[in-house]
Amino acid sequence: MSQTVAFTVNGREVKVVVPHDDVPLLDVLRNHLCLTGTRFGCGLEQCGCCIVLIDDVPVKSCGRSIASVAGRSVTTIEGLGTPEQPHPLQLAFLEEQAGQCGYCLSGILISAKALLDRNPAPTRTEIASALDDNLCRCGTHNRILRAVEKAAARLREGGRA
Amino acid sequence: MTLPAVLADNPRLDRWLDFATPERVELATGRVELGQGVLTAMTQIAAEELDVAIERIILHSGDTDRTPNEGYTAGSQSMQAGGIALRAACAEVRALFLDEAGRRLGCAVAELAVRDGRILHKGAETPWDYWSLAPSVNLMREATGTAPPKPRTDYAIVGRNAARIDLPGKLFGAAAFVHDMTLDEMAHARVVRQPNRGATLGAVDEAAIRRAARGPIALVRDGNFLAIVGDDETAVEAAAAAAAGHVAWIGVERPSALQQEASWLVQRPSIDRVIGAPAPDSAHGQQSYEATYTRGHLAHASIAPSCALALYRDGHLTVWTHCQGVYPLRAALSRMLKLDASAISVRHVQGPGCYGHNGADDAAADAAAIALRMPGRSIRLRWRRQEEFAFEPVSPAMVVKVRATLDASGHPVDWTTEIWSGTHQGRPGGGATLLAAEALPNPPPIPAPTDVPEAAGGGATRNGEPLYDIPAKRIVHHLVPETPRRTSALRSLGAMPNVFALESFIDELAERAKQDPIEFRLAQLSDQRARRVIERAAAMANWGKSEGRANRERAQRAQSNRGMGIGFSQYKNRAAYAAVIVELEVEESIRLLHAWCAADAGLVVNPDAVINQLEGGIIQSASWVLKEQVRFDNESGGPIDWETYPVLRFSEVPEIAIELIPSDSDLPLGVGEATAGPTAAAIGNALSRALGIRIRDLPLTRERIMARLLA
Repeated sequence: MSQTVAFTVNGREVKVVVPHDDVPLLDVLRNHLCLTGTRFGCGLEQCGCCIVLIDDVPVKSCGRSIASVAGRSVTTIEGLGTPEQPHPLQLAFLEEQAGQCGYCLSGILISAKALLDRNPAPTRTEIASALDDNLCRCGTHNRILRAVEKAAARLREGGRA
Repeated sequence: MTLPAVLADNPRLDRWLDFATPERVELATGRVELGQGVLTAMTQIAAEELDVAIERIILHSGDTDRTPNEGYTAGSQSMQAGGIALRAACAEVRALFLDEAGRRLGCAVAELAVRDGRILHKGAETPWDYWSLAPSVNLMREATGTAPPKPRTDYAIVGRNAARIDLPGKLFGAAAFVHDMTLDEMAHARVVRQPNRGATLGAVDEAAIRRAARGPIALVRDGNFLAIVGDDETAVEAAAAAAAGHVAWIGVERPSALQQEASWLVQRPSIDRVIGAPAPDSAHGQQSYEATYTRGHLAHASIAPSCALALYRDGHLTVWTHCQGVYPLRAALSRMLKLDASAISVRHVQGPGCYGHNGADDAAADAAAIALRMPGRSIRLRWRRQEEFAFEPVSPAMVVKVRATLDASGHPVDWTTEIWSGTHQGRPGGGATLLAAEALPNPPPIPAPTDVPEAAGGGATRNGEPLYDIPAKRIVHHLVPETPRRTSALRSLGAMPNVFALESFIDELAERAKQDPIEFRLAQLSDQRARRVIERAAAMANWGKSEGRANRERAQRAQSNRGMGIGFSQYKNRAAYAAVIVELEVEESIRLLHAWCAADAGLVVNPDAVINQLEGGIIQSASWVLKEQVRFDNESGGPIDWETYPVLRFSEVPEIAIELIPSDSDLPLGVGEATAGPTAAAIGNALSRALGIRIRDLPLTRERIMARLLA
């Protein structure tokens, strides 16, 4: 039986009609709201490609039912920044050319944002540990770590959060 | 000047370049973006040769309707073969425009130049540019190879870092991948996979599958091909996840645990060849040495499962795919669907990094097979994660036995590399079949076993011959047709296990001769470019000195088992040279501390992208060596997810320093696969120096290390 679920995505209030309330948040983002920046990687909560923030906590959206986000606030890669107004993380990733195929980057950027929100001055080890929930198969890890360090330094100097 | 081979295959200049859009250059390349930055590099090459700003170039890539046929984007050939073809085409087009401008202006071509598409005469502006001249310049002609490319001393774009043109979209959440594409009237689809060729589909409990879907779905069944299709992806996925429990298959074969280790290959029937020097004269009575190295099957383990879209409308099939070769796939689809190739368009759209032949072609075939049965509906077919792990072709396990006769100083004078392997050539373009074709009625015959020919770099034999100065070298190749899983190309093909074997063996010989491994190598290596990368890597790593420090530290802390090791190769013995040095520490398992790499890639188009590729190769190879093997002895009978097939994570990646050796060559050498073999060998050699034990079987897991330490 179809249901209506109301929640907030990237600051915008949305209502979606879903066939049942076990529909994964990832499917709602991609197929109902056309927010395809959050990628499907495994559907098993193992790879981190689909990580979004739910009330500022990084969560693998493939494993969360839409019912569990009713009334809550979701942030996806589309809400992080835009080419015109990039988040310091996006800017640093561009400057460090921190990407190869790029499929993992949406989830990594969101994980990194969650880290910097709770720890503005992480060590390299802390960044790596925070990103251990995200897989990167191309081997771009070191560039990504450098980019997160750079963004953290900028944010501490007063860049936009 | 002879035409580069790729240009000779695609000689029509209008196939490569088009000036119909004012102020823009439309450029077509048969190479496709796999995350390696090839589109950016091609743009740089064209901008350089045509003297236009990078921003003016609109690039079309991998589209059977409009781009040259360059076969596969594989084998680190994009720059080495595709880049120089594009360069020659652009040089010739530029020359044709200058001829026309000279005619209009009544001056010698030598007095003309181009600045951002504008024609200059003796440095001054003229009324002419590419776009105003375009109507009078006929590009519907074949390249002749008469226009020399720019001398590299004039380069302003090639050789300088250029930002990846595809990266911004990927950082801002754009619909960058084929997975993100939507079409009108789009249905989602999954296949219920035939477990193996020859397995037949029995009873299907449709009602149970529909109940699991919790939404409307349709089943498409033809022979042993079964697919689930519906408007709602959630319902289709739920049905597919449940389907395995509601479908009966007859004639299911599963790989056995016995077939898991490479050593299984040695007793199998094989097709045998000897390449290189005649058999050694065994009468010499010199000392000899031999050792056998193995590596298990590896998965590509792309970060996401394969996906494709297909639409069959008005007798024409269009397929959107992240495969590596749109033309070979079109030919394979044509055979499978009995549809003329002219009625099929195949378009490349980016996907997650594939590193070789993964499920991409098969997913495209699945989508096409469904689309043909549902005309007018666009079909989005995505594999499931479990499906990608269980059904993508894997890199074959290999056994590499090295035998050498040694001179008095312990250096090899006669060398044999004996290789047992399944094929590395399972691509549809090589005659292999698509999974859907095996499941549909009247499956094609099983193709005859072949491997990649040596002219294309070899498959199992790739890098089987050492580059060292050895009077007699040969390869004995046993191609084993029977493999527990379908096998095909993975980044570097046989080069990774071969270089692991060769470079481990060289270290073992150095140890026997009580010589430093680097000095031992250099004593038998006359190729100057090879010597330079080894010497440079040694200097970067502070080889010798730093190890002395590690030794002192070890003496201080008895528990510190640190070691450094080196690995070297010239990829395919004709692409980029790379030396990698690794420093690691072993407790119960290996912790990588540092890696240093020096590489000579000849003419480098985009240095930052080359470094990114070399580093990615080091990390991926480290992951293979430390963690990866397709195992058949677990509950699922093979890998199905990231727990049954773990890969290296952020916390496990070493610090890496990479330097490119400056080169005055004007030919690029492929780099994408150059560090895979050297890294594997460097880790094995470092482990040996850290612990004093040699482990010749990959992966170098904690279990293997512990077993050897306790033995």
